[in-house]
Amino acid sequence: MKIRQSMASRVFDTFNYVIMILLMIVMVYPLVYVFSASISDNALVSSGDVLIFPKGVTLIAYKQLVSNPDLWISYWNTIRYTIVHVILTLLVTSAMAYPLAKKWLPGRRIILMMAAFTLLFSGGMIPTFLVVQKLGMLNSIWAIVLPSLISTWYLFIMRTFFEALPEELEDAATIDGCSSLQVLLRIVLPLSMPVLATIGLFTAVNQWNAFFDALIYLNDRSMYPLQIMLRNILVAGTTIQAEGDLSLLQTMKYAIIMIATLPILCIYPFIQKYFVQGTMIGGIKG
Amino acid sequence: MVPQRNVMWYMLKKHRALYLLMLPGILYYIIFKYVPMYGVIIAFQDYSIGKGILGSKFVGLKHFIEFFYVNPDSWKLIRNTVMLNVYDLLFHFPAPIILAILFHELKNKTFKRIVQSISYMPHFLSTVVIAGILVTFLSPQTGIINFILVKMFGMEPILFLGLPNWFRTIYVSSEVWQKIGWGTILYLAAIAGIDPTLYEAAKMDGANRYQQMRHITFVGMVPVMIILFVLTLGHFMETGFQKILLLYNSMNYETSDVINTFVYRRGILDADFSFATAVGLFQSVIGLILVIAANRIARKYSETSLW
Repeated sequence: MKIRQSMASRVFDTFNYVIMILLMIVMVYPLVYVFSASISDNALVSSGDVLIFPKGVTLIAYKQLVSNPDLWISYWNTIRYTIVHVILTLLVTSAMAYPLAKKWLPGRRIILMMAAFTLLFSGGMIPTFLVVQKLGMLNSIWAIVLPSLISTWYLFIMRTFFEALPEELEDAATIDGCSSLQVLLRIVLPLSMPVLATIGLFTAVNQWNAFFDALIYLNDRSMYPLQIMLRNILVAGTTIQAEGDLSLLQTMKYAIIMIATLPILCIYPFIQKYFVQGTMIGGIKG
Repeated sequence: MVPQRNVMWYMLKKHRALYLLMLPGILYYIIFKYVPMYGVIIAFQDYSIGKGILGSKFVGLKHFIEFFYVNPDSWKLIRNTVMLNVYDLLFHFPAPIILAILFHELKNKTFKRIVQSISYMPHFLSTVVIAGILVTFLSPQTGIINFILVKMFGMEPILFLGLPNWFRTIYVSSEVWQKIGWGTILYLAAIAGIDPTLYEAAKMDGANRYQQMRHITFVGMVPVMIILFVLTLGHFMETGFQKILLLYNSMNYETSDVINTFVYRRGILDADFSFATAVGLFQSVIGLILVIAANRIARKYSETSLW
């Protein structure tokens, strides 16, 4: 059967496609510009001659940055913080979510409510800062990793996932003599790879992009993550260290955005699927 | 009869492995969530690090009174916080709803997938990168926005981040840019859950596409809209604080300085702990009241609520 399209309907479709193409341009253009400017001649960027395509292509801004030791220290710090954060978050969150998925466990509701209440109210920035300070964690990796170790949201996503696993498998393992810990490690976690990957990725991207905890808890240059370096150069306007050469300032700004963002830009098309799933599990269950 | 206490001990012993597994997590919540809640007491004290919470002098509402009656900026901070959030609600809340409907109406599945993937991209950029791009793009001497204004429209360059009346526009439009695509995910999930026979029935009844969008697609998204609205109100008063912290400067304080940035300056930079905690507490309490009220209203007028 041929479905007749009304005039208004066709106009709407055309209009919709035009909007979508405009949307794509708006989303992509800023980064295309940043990329083009980063490999263009500094003078041409500063005078506004670069609009879309690079002009006077040169990699000198990247060369200057790559030879800057501060950049590599901060890059390494970001990687370090991200790996430690992801591993600890997955361990502690799954260890807590697994018992919470057992509906018969006494005290489960109280603990769930204790966690949920933190979504509504918190002590705020200063009391949290004072706790971290009192624990002597300032200027250490622990100030970055521990205060944001568990996200209540991820805890609930993981609990929901565990609840949906077939209980017979765990019962069988228990009858075969597995302890709770063994059941978790050998049966539950291997079956939970999708949710572990999702939450691991969420945590990794968050930590890769985080700057605020580092801003308040770290004041030693050698501990700075990449985002603090970026902030100092792009926003606070500090000149790049060991680099009195102002003739490269503009292109170097764009180049450092690319260096800090490239890993995420390269992997996001592959990981967005997991993110979408995770967001939907979290969102629908509330 | 076994006394209650013994039952508890018995359960704890029987399931001790499970409770032990939860222990690190529970400790996390106590140390990093509940101890700071207890620490809020310092809002009512003249806290000094040396004396600690137990030794510091109790001063009642002194810091709150100072904030409301003495501090010259309190009204400006509250106004800016509320205004930025109201703008955020007005533009940033409906934008993904409209975009989700438009996505849903795309018939070419491959094209739809590509547009969606591209619309998610800004979500993966860091706040620092977004702020950095804004600062560089909006620069009056070397920013591309001003090049375009000057070269194509013959206008004078504008010092965007130095003018208070531009701040809200910059803030809200960049928020929409970054989050619109990602915000469609839950709405698209809601649309996917709509019974397709509803569309068939509507077509039989002669509904045109606009009517289908309005009465089926849109209505199908309402529960998600309510949940997200309640959640948004829960974070009302604290939206986008990190981005504001990166974008604001003494020239645009008039519209950019919000409660949280003030707490950061007074608390972290000036180490005025008690006063900053009091101001932060005021904000948290307003947030708590808003989310409870919104949830109650949602429960009263619809089937959906957060709890």
